[in-house]
Amino acid sequence: MNIGLPIVAKDPTAQFKLHKLAELKIGSFDLSFTNSALMMVVTLVCISLWFLLSSKKQLVPGRAQSILELSYEFIADMLKSSTGKEGMRFFPLVFSIFVFILFANMLGMIPFFFTTTSHIIVTFALAMIVMVVVIGFGVWKNGFGFLKLFWPAGIPIAIKPFVSLLEIISFISRPISLSVRLWANMFAGHILLKLFAGFAISMFAAGGLTAFGSIVPFGLTLALIPLEFLVAFVQAYVFALLTSVYLSDALHPGHH
Amino acid sequence: MEAEAAKYIGAGIACLGMAGAGIGLGHIFGNYLAGALRNPSAAQGQFSNLIFGFAVTEALGIFSFAVALILMFVL
Repeated sequence: MNIGLPIVAKDPTAQFKLHKLAELKIGSFDLSFTNSALMMVVTLVCISLWFLLSSKKQLVPGRAQSILELSYEFIADMLKSSTGKEGMRFFPLVFSIFVFILFANMLGMIPFFFTTTSHIIVTFALAMIVMVVVIGFGVWKNGFGFLKLFWPAGIPIAIKPFVSLLEIISFISRPISLSVRLWANMFAGHILLKLFAGFAISMFAAGGLTAFGSIVPFGLTLALIPLEFLVAFVQAYVFALLTSVYLSDALHPGHH
Repeated sequence: MEAEAAKYIGAGIACLGMAGAGIGLGHIFGNYLAGALRNPSAAQGQFSNLIFGFAVTEALGIFSFAVALILMFVL
């Protein structure tokens, strides 16, 4: 079963092609089970295994449990520092988003595996979940007071309408920037890896002095792989961080 | 000019946007490092602010890169 890319792919975007593994059509909707959906299931299975391994609650934690405890504290500290104590009710949401994106990115780094977060619809859906929670909770908690977000205090009245307009534009562009950031990072990173690996192969195949030169793109590929692992982690962290920053707007509109 | 050639030129021009993001990221990390060397004990507490600034600045460079990719592979 081919879950990722064909072995020899000249086109660096070939790794993002969706294959239907099981056809399913309801009305005019195409709900086929694709390689992307398979990778999401793999991601969820890995996360569940990790949680299961850590659920023994040993006093002296094992490897899985100490990583889980570290990630818990890492995200809890971040959420507390950006939203305050009352923001901790959103901890399950933020932690789920962080762990899901982290695992999806990391599993995508394994050769021949599909990266679910390299499709903008996946990241956009994640961003829209965050925005729906922010707007829904903000309106439910503050009522019309939520609109204070677009009418910031402590600004001269002469430029207030202009600032308010800017606030509205920045709020609308939030789901776009949140989703495009994650998508473009994963998409660009995987294209970059594929391009340099492709250079190395085609230079080596050319023979002669060019084959010696293929060590340069090969070395660059090796250098890029740890960088991509760093990006995979940083982007998951950034997504969780921005989620908590937006949630703090819903909790305390008017002073930010 | 052929449409194909214009596409590649456009993709190249779109990548110029990354220069601005590069300058911005250099400022952020450089200033963080300068501050951290002056007061190392306060550096740890500013890590999330650092990453937040990094994310917001980087987004703009990423947007220009996305435009280039769309020009190259989608249009």
